[in-house]
Amino acid sequence: MLEADNLECVRGERRLFSGLGFTLDAGELIYLQGRNGAGKTSLLRMLIGLLPPETGEIRWHGKPIRKQADEYHAALCYLGHLNAIKEELTPLENLLAAARLAGEALSEDNAIDALEQVGLAGREDLACKYLSQGQKRRVALARLVIDRRPLWILDEPFVALDVAAVDWLAGIISGHLQRGGMAVMTTHQPVAIPAGTVRELRIG
Amino acid sequence: MNDRFNLYRFSSPATFYPLAGKMIPWFIAAGTLFGLAGLYIGMLVAPTDFQQGEGYRIIFVHVPTSWMSMFIYLVMAFWAAIGLAFNTRLSGMMAQALAPTGALMAFLSLWTGALWGKPMWGTWWVWDARLTSELILLFLYIGYMALVVAIDDARRADKAGGILLLVGVVNIPIIYFSVKWWNTLHQGSSVNLTKSSMAEIMLWGMLLMALAFWMYSIAVALARVRTIILERECHTDWVRAELTGGKA
Amino acid sequence: MSNIVFSVIARDLKLAMRRQADIVSALFFFIIVVSLFPLGIGPELDLLRQLAPGVLWVAALLATMLSLPRLFADDHRDGTLEQLALSPHPLGLVVTGKVIAHWLVSGLPLALIAPVLGIQFDLSGEALLVLTGAILLGTPALSGIGAIGAALTLGLRGGGVLLSLLVLPLYIPVLIFGAGAVDATVSGLGGEGHLSLLAAMTIAAIGFAPWASAAALKIALE
Repeated sequence: MLEADNLECVRGERRLFSGLGFTLDAGELIYLQGRNGAGKTSLLRMLIGLLPPETGEIRWHGKPIRKQADEYHAALCYLGHLNAIKEELTPLENLLAAARLAGEALSEDNAIDALEQVGLAGREDLACKYLSQGQKRRVALARLVIDRRPLWILDEPFVALDVAAVDWLAGIISGHLQRGGMAVMTTHQPVAIPAGTVRELRIG
Repeated sequence: MNDRFNLYRFSSPATFYPLAGKMIPWFIAAGTLFGLAGLYIGMLVAPTDFQQGEGYRIIFVHVPTSWMSMFIYLVMAFWAAIGLAFNTRLSGMMAQALAPTGALMAFLSLWTGALWGKPMWGTWWVWDARLTSELILLFLYIGYMALVVAIDDARRADKAGGILLLVGVVNIPIIYFSVKWWNTLHQGSSVNLTKSSMAEIMLWGMLLMALAFWMYSIAVALARVRTIILERECHTDWVRAELTGGKA
Repeated sequence: MSNIVFSVIARDLKLAMRRQADIVSALFFFIIVVSLFPLGIGPELDLLRQLAPGVLWVAALLATMLSLPRLFADDHRDGTLEQLALSPHPLGLVVTGKVIAHWLVSGLPLALIAPVLGIQFDLSGEALLVLTGAILLGTPALSGIGAIGAALTLGLRGGGVLLSLLVLPLYIPVLIFGAGAVDATVSGLGGEGHLSLLAAMTIAAIGFAPWASAAALKIALE
């Protein structure tokens, strides 16, 4: 269970939000909404533990995340607006390297399966610099196909995807919630997630 | 005044700003008094050195500035450690306010060292261990100031500068030791700054001058920290009140 | 625990192998800088022999500086640095891996090419051996200390110049003992003492610098 309590965010000289709190249980999804510059990304960075909140606390299973950074990170999958893939590596190498650094066991067959699912069959061994923007995004999303960690934090996951891919990703997120996972995500376009409890949180 | 050293109370810039304003005149006055007394002893009372003539009198500036340049770096590192450990806003501002004064002291120490070196050793610069270490100290000051200026976000500047200061303070003994060692290897019995027997009166002059520089440094750092506070807190109500109140 | 260090090393080495041009250009920078000195000073072998240790070491410092800005910048730009910071291991271990990988692709090649350049300066066989050993022992410290500078200047404008300003003064002890080892060998005093001091500095730098860099990286990622 993820709890946020009385969070305040100050960037530079501006206070973006204060008194923000929520709890997130298994099988729940929080849609983070707000205009540009309201602090959506800042909140996500607080939730992943990279940005310490001005006041307030974030707890994972009742314990503050800053006191259990390694355990918390082992339970957390973060997808930022950057793809976090290396241009010089192939999609397959990227997936395997990411899993290894995250401490996840991933076999090559499973990785190839995941790449097939995101529509990159036959491109596993092509360096990512030769892929299009959309294809690079799919390499990043392939991590979600195989990820079994309980908490997903996704920054604008639907950006730059075509309609079919949006449906596919909504299905992946639904599957995650059905398995008892939790997710927090920001998005501009409202996308229907078929399963799980979906709540909206508006900031700013 | 009992709670002047209460860190938490005065770590609030709004409390510290008026207090610093009240303290500055006292430090200026003390600095002027010590300075006049030190100069009087150094220039008029202290006897002429039978080996070095009148030229030696530059030590009354040279030695205190060298002391200050090293001491200020330690103080900055102290503030950096406090700032990183307790996340107090004022600590980073103090470190930043001290940096230009520390660099000035290091520069003055080098400058007066060169002025002294010319008549004593016949050259403006010798690669003496102390001079070389002082030069490296000046580099460290400049590096710190350059880093802090390059970072736009004030909080990040404080923290990054703090880490650099702590890394520097760990390295200073290593650097000093290695330079000293390098110097003895290359020059054999090298130029030695310490004098055989320093007359007691000279020591007094030097101590008074050191106190004068001390007071000056505190006064200047406080004035600078006040400016930094105003700059950083310009969006707060108390600064607005302070500024308009001052004009009206 | 050490798994993460090896994973990071393996990843960074693989990336470096796909971008060999970077390694080669830093190496040629080293060779060119060293070769410029005789042209500026003159071809007298006695003088060159005396200058060789200092020249080679200063060039090694500069060549290391060349590759430092990219130590974290590439990962920062494409978002992998965030993922590394989110790995379920202390960030200091991740940085340790990156520092070791940096040394393998920047310091190690310098040590391997240094004896060839030493011959240009007419160094004796023994001096060449000590030179290689000194660069092998000293360059890991350069990578470690450099990582702190690279982390502090991550994402800043003019980061490269600033990085040199911060890091070069901290390199002075390595320079002194590195060049001193060769000097002492040439003058017949034996360079073992210097080499052990260099080794001590490298151990200290590899032990502590990654944690200072990790603290700086966390600040940069906020």
